[in-house]
Amino acid sequence: MTSPYLKIDHVEKTFQRGAATTNVLKDVSLVIDKGEYVSIIGHSGCGKSTLLNIVAGLTPVSAGAVLLEGKEVNAPGPERAVVFQNHSLLPWLSVYDNVALAVNKVFRGVKSKAERHDWIMHNLDLVQMSHARDKRPAEISGGMKQRVGIARGLAMEPKILLLDEPFGALDALTRAHLQDSIMQIHAALGNTMIMITHDVDEAVLLSDRIVMMTNGPSARIGEVLDVRLERPRKRLELVSDRTYIAAREAVLKFLYERHRFVEAA
Amino acid sequence: MNAPIDHGRDGMGQAALKSASAGAKVVALLATSAGVVALPQATGKPLREKLAPLAKSVLVSVIPPLITVALILLFWQIAASGPQSSLPPPSKIWEEAKDLIVEPFYWAGTQDIGLGWRILVSLQRVAIGFSLAAIVGVLLGALVGQSVWAMRGLDPVFQVLRTVPPLAWLPLSLAAFRDSQPSAIFVIFITAIWPVIINTAVGIRNIPQDYRNVAKVLRLNQVEFFFKVMVPSAAPYIFTGLRIGVGLSWLAIVAAEMLTGGVGIGFFIWDAWNSSRLSDIIVALVYIGVVGFFLDRLVAFIGAIVTRGTAVQ
Ligand SMILES: Nc1ncnc2c1ncn2[C@@H]1O[C@H](COP(=O)(O)OP(=O)(O)OP(=O)(O)O)[C@@H](O)[C@H]1O
Ligand SMILES: [Mg+2]
Repeated sequence: MTSPYLKIDHVEKTFQRGAATTNVLKDVSLVIDKGEYVSIIGHSGCGKSTLLNIVAGLTPVSAGAVLLEGKEVNAPGPERAVVFQNHSLLPWLSVYDNVALAVNKVFRGVKSKAERHDWIMHNLDLVQMSHARDKRPAEISGGMKQRVGIARGLAMEPKILLLDEPFGALDALTRAHLQDSIMQIHAALGNTMIMITHDVDEAVLLSDRIVMMTNGPSARIGEVLDVRLERPRKRLELVSDRTYIAAREAVLKFLYERHRFVEAA
Repeated sequence: MNAPIDHGRDGMGQAALKSASAGAKVVALLATSAGVVALPQATGKPLREKLAPLAKSVLVSVIPPLITVALILLFWQIAASGPQSSLPPPSKIWEEAKDLIVEPFYWAGTQDIGLGWRILVSLQRVAIGFSLAAIVGVLLGALVGQSVWAMRGLDPVFQVLRTVPPLAWLPLSLAAFRDSQPSAIFVIFITAIWPVIINTAVGIRNIPQDYRNVAKVLRLNQVEFFFKVMVPSAAPYIFTGLRIGVGLSWLAIVAAEMLTGGVGIGFFIWDAWNSSRLSDIIVALVYIGVVGFFLDRLVAFIGAIVTRGTAVQ
């Protein structure tokens, strides 16, 4: 492993609409190892989603490059699966069919029909959603939708799973529950994950590293914090853990003292 | 691009609003009277209790229109009974055109056939013309909705063509096809296609970016994207267009058949007018209205089934 797994190399992004240009990201560089869980945290509008979409290949860079296993990323693809902020399940498909759409596309010709079915069910089991396989998205709760979205992402067997505020719209209890599920899945499968979040506790609990972004426009990576906590992590035990408290404090300080949210920006 | 959609949706919206308010009134009226009836039954058998709401809902939807029709017939009978009246009253229509009313499917020679057969002939033309319009309309609408350049190039042309009245196409299409059957079908096609194109295009432009992103991450190809994302996502819009289109086709076929001849219901009316059989014309009008109503309901029904779950969550 000489070349890094994922390399975000001097990425810049400027949006242009007519004569108006907005420089959203400026000189963002980051290296992520295989199996790492990295969180991106920053104030609203600083460009977190933009950065994630660049890694996904959904947004082209203005300058710089993203390299996955040494190869440049310039189009979206299933090896960089995305769990979208608002789940983005197709409402006319059942839970099963939503996952099946991904599995059938990615594994056609690789897995047999029966194998694909087993794989879909396996991934629904992972997020404990196989009981609702025939329900449509409109018939399940917000947390359940988000879980199906995660199952769909995992089912693509991506090299990297990109999560854009996956638990943002959920109540605290559901959120805690899903955080635990995601930790279990990460422990079991060892996926590489990049997650955007607004929640400091969530970032510290889940991540190996926390990437803190400065305010936009022209947002940069302000600081990267290593979270040296043993896994598996237990939410209740961590409350009084010194490393945990220190990490939490560092992130809070960054966000609320050094890069306070500026209303005008 | 906005004007036609607004027009179309306004039309539907108004229609829905009207029927909804009418329905609401009726429900309110009957609810009071039914409430009085239902009270003593509450102590009766349980089966009766179960059937009561069902029977009530049937009554609520059947009785009011029957009353309306009876009132119209009564008024008409009185108004048209005078000696100088130029239109026949219902009683005279029943006398003169009884065979047409009670026997829609008799067959006594090529031009002496029941109205049911004539309707079927017209429906067949509509089916062909409208199906073609639906297929071509959805494809063209997809193109216009998906590509900015296709929209810039095609939309102005469509906007001009769609204002041409259906019958104005007839001479041209007679000249081109040299036969009345394909000409009539072409008129249906060209009439029904515009609302389908325009509504499909709007539906496709309104596909949420999220669904497009999902498709991109999965690397769906054009064909997969069309069938798995575009069509289901735009289905409510497409069916709005199809519903308007089927209504227009039915309007156009009757007019086209009056001019092209043949055995359709339109020509029957023209023929009856030429031999002064006013009663026959009135019976035919009722047939046309009822069939048009069911065509509209049929498309709406299919739409409701197909778009189940597509609505916003
Ligand atoms: N397509 C676009 N065209 C122009 N500007 C854009 C576009 N997409 C995003 N921006 C701008 O880029 C900036 C960053 O947006 P982005 O969605 O990445 O923020 P974010 O950090 O994800 O915010 P949030 O936490 O609220 O989701 C915003 O100021 C936004 O206005
Ligand atoms: Mg965002």
